[in-house]
Amino acid sequence: MTCIEIRDLHACIDGRPILKGVTLSLSVGEVHAIMGPNGAGKSTLSHLIAGRPGYEVTSGTIRYDGRDLLAMTPEERACTGIFLAFQYPVEIPGVSTATFLKTAVNAQRRFRGKTEIDAMQFSKLIKEKAEKLGMNNDMLRRSLNVGFSGGEKKRNEILQMAMLEPRFAMLDETDSGLDIDSLKIVASGVNALRSAERAFLVITHYQRLLEYIVPDYVHVLAEGRIVCSGNKELALELEAGGYAPFTTHACHAS
Amino acid sequence: MAVDSADSVKSVKAVTDRKYKYGFTTDIEADLAPVGLNEEIIHFISQKKGEPSWLLDWRLQAYRLWITLKEPHHWARLTYPPINYQGYSYYAAPRQSSDAPKSLDEVDPKLLETYNKLGIPLEEQAILSGVQAGLQGNAIAVDAVFDSVSVATTYKKNLDAMGVIFCSISEAVHQYPELVQRYLGSVVPYTDNFFATLNSAVFTDGSFVYVPQGLHCPMELSTYFRINEKNTGQFERTLIIADKNASVSYLEGCTAPQRDENQLHAAVVELVALDGAEIKYSTVQNWYPGDEEGRGGIYNFVTKRGACRGRNSRISWTQVETGSAITWKYPSCILQGDQSTGEFYSVAITNHYQQADTGTKMIHIGRNTKSRIISKGIAAGHSNSTYRGLVRVLPRAEGARNYTQCDSLLIGDRCGAHTVPYIEARHPSIRVEHEATTGKISDEQIFYCKQRCLSHEEAVALIVNGFCREVMQNLPMEFAVEAQKLIGISLEGSVG
Repeated sequence: MTCIEIRDLHACIDGRPILKGVTLSLSVGEVHAIMGPNGAGKSTLSHLIAGRPGYEVTSGTIRYDGRDLLAMTPEERACTGIFLAFQYPVEIPGVSTATFLKTAVNAQRRFRGKTEIDAMQFSKLIKEKAEKLGMNNDMLRRSLNVGFSGGEKKRNEILQMAMLEPRFAMLDETDSGLDIDSLKIVASGVNALRSAERAFLVITHYQRLLEYIVPDYVHVLAEGRIVCSGNKELALELEAGGYAPFTTHACHAS
Repeated sequence: MAVDSADSVKSVKAVTDRKYKYGFTTDIEADLAPVGLNEEIIHFISQKKGEPSWLLDWRLQAYRLWITLKEPHHWARLTYPPINYQGYSYYAAPRQSSDAPKSLDEVDPKLLETYNKLGIPLEEQAILSGVQAGLQGNAIAVDAVFDSVSVATTYKKNLDAMGVIFCSISEAVHQYPELVQRYLGSVVPYTDNFFATLNSAVFTDGSFVYVPQGLHCPMELSTYFRINEKNTGQFERTLIIADKNASVSYLEGCTAPQRDENQLHAAVVELVALDGAEIKYSTVQNWYPGDEEGRGGIYNFVTKRGACRGRNSRISWTQVETGSAITWKYPSCILQGDQSTGEFYSVAITNHYQQADTGTKMIHIGRNTKSRIISKGIAAGHSNSTYRGLVRVLPRAEGARNYTQCDSLLIGDRCGAHTVPYIEARHPSIRVEHEATTGKISDEQIFYCKQRCLSHEEAVALIVNGFCREVMQNLPMEFAVEAQKLIGISLEGSVG
């Protein structure tokens, strides 16, 4: 079942075209990886899907479970199950991770017509999920992302994903700045969430992450377009040959 | 009252009322003093209260001084049209209520209902009845002041049994004249400043607390101020004395109906802490702030001061200021006793056209005195928020220390935040630190929160609450939850 369908998407930032005709379709149960050189538009694509202001869509469409995604507010997108794990999660001083997540979970529940989660239940749930990511109580009590190491920030993003149980999750260069141990923890956190009800879009520069989160499909985004799509082997090919072949001439992979 | 006009008016009112949910009025007959201020009015007030002559004389002295004073306009960062002091009524009391608070059974049900609507329970619960609304809430004793008079004080018997005096100041004048005479005006003399002098002349009611030596008052004491009548000023006077090694935590809350005119509120609060005593005074100020265009709202000119008279005494002010069109307020500590400590924790939020000029004064007189100031100012809309604080260290105050932190948060680009610290140090051994920051809520923070399901307003409320956490955690639990919600409500419609 198609979850996200992007058709011929063109978008600009400050009048400068970044996406120049992206077409991509993801079904639930699938993990897609997007790779590509710096400045190709990978992060733009994920932020645009999440609804970040400042992008102008000049043509094209995005359907999300049959709805017009571009007509939805950022919080509506989040409440209906679109999740973005940020490359650079922001700091919110004075708000603990636990408080932040409780507020988020309850906002989502209200949107879905459910009653708010009770404090005890929430506390049990978050501890359970945090433990799996090697996060202790102290981390849940600290101000959100304030003074967190790179690894802690990324784990925190995965924790949020686990709590919000999205339908469509995007990971924006979640592997950047991670040592191998953190990478493994983050990857196993993601793998634990793979399900027939959920689609993933994993954005990365490197093949390494994809050894741990094995994608069903790999796409190369270069110069604002998907220039090549294939299976997980494509990632290996990229690792060996770099992106140069894909930015200059057509793709030969299957 | 024009409540029954066209439906459209009603629905407009419903929308605006949503933002300030305490904006209703209670339709109750009132005894009003004639509009205006002169010596006759002061005689009238004093007579209504059956006061002793020393108090009348004190009032008259204050009045005679006041008419020679000019309203302070030159230094605060506040602009407002001239106040017509002859345009207010200086006494308003719900009819049939005599001055002395009665037992709860005799209080007009309309008044009880008013406080119920405000969420202030005047029924006494069995003291040990444990959990209420999910909070491990201890019972709170309440003195309810409606316009010019105290209408009820709860838990008096329980407190009496422990030796704690908690009553209206009018009652204290009769019951405990020696205490009142000894301490009234001893921290804020009637000559202190324009508004304190006015208050001394016309104050009508307020709370009185005395905690005897060695006792830790086991209940939170609180006063809930409500202005109801049109064109009245509220001038309450609160006096709290903690005797040697006693301690008490006191809460103050305030609301007023939504009116187009500006109402005047000029209170005086005096705290006295003797050797080893501790007073914690918390305020959630939610007077009507005026509408989005800046019409109406309370003019709040308040003098609050605590004297740490004894060694090792401690006074701590915590305030959450969200209401009022104009706030002029500097809760201060006079650190007289050696090793005494003064603290000031403040959150001041202004939105729309509100103006707040608020801060503190820490006067270090005794040796090794310490003070700590944490101020968080949040400005949104077209509002202006100013921190104004004085740290003065006198020559005898060897080893004095102060730490001041002033943070401002701006929401949008039409508001202003200002920090005006004054430091006067006259001893070489002291340490005074001042830190200040000014920031804005970033678009990245807002987008991040929205990506986690929060609406714009929820995001702002969450970020602002985080910004204020250091101050909020000093509030008693029962108040903190309310104050947190209030922060969200105050900032509604403040899209940056």
